[in-house]
Order: sequence, then structure tokens, then C-alpha cells
Amino acid sequence: MIRLIDIQKSYDNGTKALKGVNLRIDDGEFVFLVGPSGSGKSTIIKLITAEIAPSGGRLMVNGYNLNNIRPRQVPYMRRTLGVIFQDFRLIEKKTVKENLTFAMRAVGASPREIRKRVPYVLDLVGLDQKGDRMPSQLSGGEQQRVAIARALVNNPKMIIADEPTGNLDPMRSLEIMMLLERINELGTTLLVVTHEKELVNRFSKRVVAIENGRIISDETGGYYNNETTI
Amino acid sequence: MRQRYDFGYFLSEGFHSIFTHGFMSFAAVCMIVCCLLIMGSFTLVAVNAESMFSDLEAENQFTAYIDETIPQDEARALQDDIEAVPNVSRAEFVTKEQAQEDFEARYEGNELFEGLPADTYRDRFHIYLDDISLLAETEAAVKEVAGVADTQSAPEIAEGFTVIRNIAGAVAVILVVILLAVSLFIIANTIKLATFNRREEIAIMKMCGATNAFVRWPFVFEGLILGLVGAVVAFFLQWGIYVLVGNAISGEDTISLITVLPFQPMALRVLGVFVLTGFVIGAGGSLAAIRKFLQV
Repeated sequence: MIRLIDIQKSYDNGTKALKGVNLRIDDGEFVFLVGPSGSGKSTIIKLITAEIAPSGGRLMVNGYNLNNIRPRQVPYMRRTLGVIFQDFRLIEKKTVKENLTFAMRAVGASPREIRKRVPYVLDLVGLDQKGDRMPSQLSGGEQQRVAIARALVNNPKMIIADEPTGNLDPMRSLEIMMLLERINELGTTLLVVTHEKELVNRFSKRVVAIENGRIISDETGGYYNNETTI
Repeated sequence: MRQRYDFGYFLSEGFHSIFTHGFMSFAAVCMIVCCLLIMGSFTLVAVNAESMFSDLEAENQFTAYIDETIPQDEARALQDDIEAVPNVSRAEFVTKEQAQEDFEARYEGNELFEGLPADTYRDRFHIYLDDISLLAETEAAVKEVAGVADTQSAPEIAEGFTVIRNIAGAVAVILVVILLAVSLFIIANTIKLATFNRREEIAIMKMCGATNAFVRWPFVFEGLILGLVGAVVAFFLQWGIYVLVGNAISGEDTISLITVLPFQPMALRVLGVFVLTGFVIGAGGSLAAIRKFLQV
């Protein structure tokens, strides 16, 4: 579960990125976070992943109070999250399997756990036949599937996807979104940041719209119809 | 999942990454080899200079004249008393007849010193010292030995040696420290350059929930391996260069006064110092280089 209570964030250059944001995401939800560039979407993601600290307000992520989290606890908090990026961020010199193994190694998984979990997750994202390929040998959609598999491999409570379809064509984008929906149905909470109106409208999910550092709408089952926010 | 530290994995990751980032690894090893060679060569020159100073110092001596009323047998027997004085390495007895011969040989052709009566000279000891800087104290102690009438020394030569040795020692220490600092700086920057390409990799590891220790260990092992490889390569190159330069100096007539110490007796120590320095600069450079990238 994520709770942002009156969250404010000012950067050193004086920019006020967030001006009193209140947001609650319960376990098992699928939430789209939408808004124009510079609205504060990325700041929310960075706050949730503890890359930056809030300037004011209270922030709880999966049982961790990020207002006074100790640096040593941050890795353990991050293990409750899986993060997917627009540019995939795969390690180019490792195979698909090695990219997943590496993520499991990073959290201290045993070789036995790795041998069991990696094929299962690759099968889930439809890449069971491509585990020995290098990322450069895969299409954009397949690379994003590897990134999803990596986010999923440590069985996180929540997956945060930052513009996951930004580099993909509409067909591949739809496939990726359907995959994320399936992962959500299996019990993982999803927070998807996106610009893509058609894609958001295609799925009847909760949509949180943010503009100028403030949440301007939050409707469960709502649609992303406000043209000014694109 | 509980955290476990699998050092076999860290070692294999460190080893693997040397090959996957081959060019940067090669550059880091080259830097380590160059720095160790420069430091090693300079240190070996300093060791040889120190050895030559010691040899020259060992030649430095003062003379103790024995009371002329003491018969020659008794004078010779004073050798044990003199050698018992602290800092005296050995005492060499010279009879007055030998002294006269030596003196006349030295001033051959000089009429002033010809035909001097034998009783002008006295029995004497040439006294050699362990530490030339303690000449004055040792000379005073020898003067206290019963039967020694007088002593004669050249304290300015001893002081000259002491000053040169102190300056050479200080210069050697300062230069080695400067070279070590410059080497660390260059190597840390070379490794930083190598690590810069991997900042994305580190960021991904951190985002997956890796602890700083988990990220650091493969880099430490990589640095240790690069340091070890650099040290071994530098050791053999150093050996070759030393032998080549040593042979060139030995074969040169004009500088035959310079004696070069053999490398073999020093080899183990040189290898030990190179490996230790290689480890320190390899692992230290890696740690310094990734510090910045861990702040994710």
C-alpha cells in the first residue's frame, strides 16, 4: 500500500514540483497516473522509490515510513517494488536469463530459488524460448517484456511502470498493457505512468490526473479524456 | 529473502566483468604497470645508492695513536679494548714501521719527508665505524682507552656523508610518496572512467534492491585481480629492465666505480611490495571510483 499525505517537494533551484499531494493506492489496485510533462509524475515515482526525499508531508510505501527511513533500509524497501522504465534499462552485456538472475542475486536469492523462479517468470511474459538471447537480439516489445520479467522476478508487492510503452508501436503497447493487466490479476499492485490516452481509455481502471504539482482528478474506472492534460 | 554474501559469485562477477569491459581493464592494468615500474625503478635506484653510501662510509675511519712508551706487543693487545668500544666495527693495527713506509710511499719524491727517523712515528690503529654520524662520540670513547695517546679524524668528511645520506633519504621518501599519490590518482581516474560506463548497471542494481555492499564487492574483486595482474607484469618487466641496466653499467668502463646490487636476493621483496601496492591501488581505486555512483 502507498500513502501520500499532503506531500510537497521543492528542488534546490526553487521549483515546487509537488504542492500538497494526497494519494492512496491499496494492495491489488491498478492505477494510471497521467499528466503533462513537468506536472510532477516523475517526482512522485522518485519519491516512492526513495531516490529523493519529500520536503513536507507524510509518505508510506509498503509499510516503510519514507520520512525517516534509514539509508540501510532503502534496499529492503525497494525489494517490495518492481520498476519498469520507458528505455527498458537492461544490461546489454548479459543475456535475458542473466538479467533476471542478476536481479535475484541482488536481493540475496539462492541458486536454487533462481533456477526455479526465472523460467516461471520468462514463461509468464512469453519469453521462455528466448532466455539465452542478448537484449540487442530482441525487438523493443520483447525487451520491455524482459524488463517486466525483471521487475516481477523478486515477487514484489507493487510494480511501478514509468512510461512503459513510450518506445513501442500501438500493437506492442497494447500487448504490454495486457500483460501488465494480467500481472495485476495475479495480485500485484500496478502504478502505470503514461501519456497514451487511447491506451488508458481502453482499460477501465482508476486514473489519477496530476497537473502543476496537484492532483486534479482521481476516478476509479474513469477515463483520460481531458485534452488539456495530454 | 534473507541477504547472503556469496563471495564465489562476487569473484566470478569481478572476473567476468574484466573480460566484458576488456579495453578499460587493459587500460587500468597498463596504468598500474606504469606506476609500479616508475615507483619500483626509483626505489631500486635509491636502494643501490644507499648501498653505495654504506660501502663508502665503511671506508671512512679515524686513527688512534698509541702511547710511544708502550711496547709494540702491548700496543697490539689494545685491539680488543678498542673493538669493545660501541660503534667500532673493527680496528686495524699498524706498526710505526709500516706507517713510515706508507707515509714515504705517499710522499715519494718530496725531500721534506725523506729520511725521517723511525721514532718520529707511533704505533696506531685505523678504526672503522658502524655509523659514521657518531664519529665524535666514538672518537672520544676510544681516547678514553688506556694506552691511546691521541686520535686524528676528518669530521668534515663524516658530516658530509651524513648530510648527503640524510638528504638522499628524505628525497627518496618524498619522491616515492609523491609517485604513490600520483599513481593512486591516475589509477582511480582510469577505473572511474571504466566505471562511468557502468553507472547504468549500478543504478539498475540499486533499483532492484541491491545493498551498497552487494554492488561494491564485484568491483573490489575486479580491482584486486587487475592489481594482481598489473603487479606480476610490472615485476617481470622490472626484473628485465634492472638486469639490462645493471649489465650496461657493469660493462661501461667509465662508471665501473658504481656497483649494482643483484636482483635475485631482492626479488621476493620486490614482488611482495608490488602485489601489495597493486592490491591497494586496484581495490582502493575501484572503491573510490564507484562511491559516487552508489548515491542512487
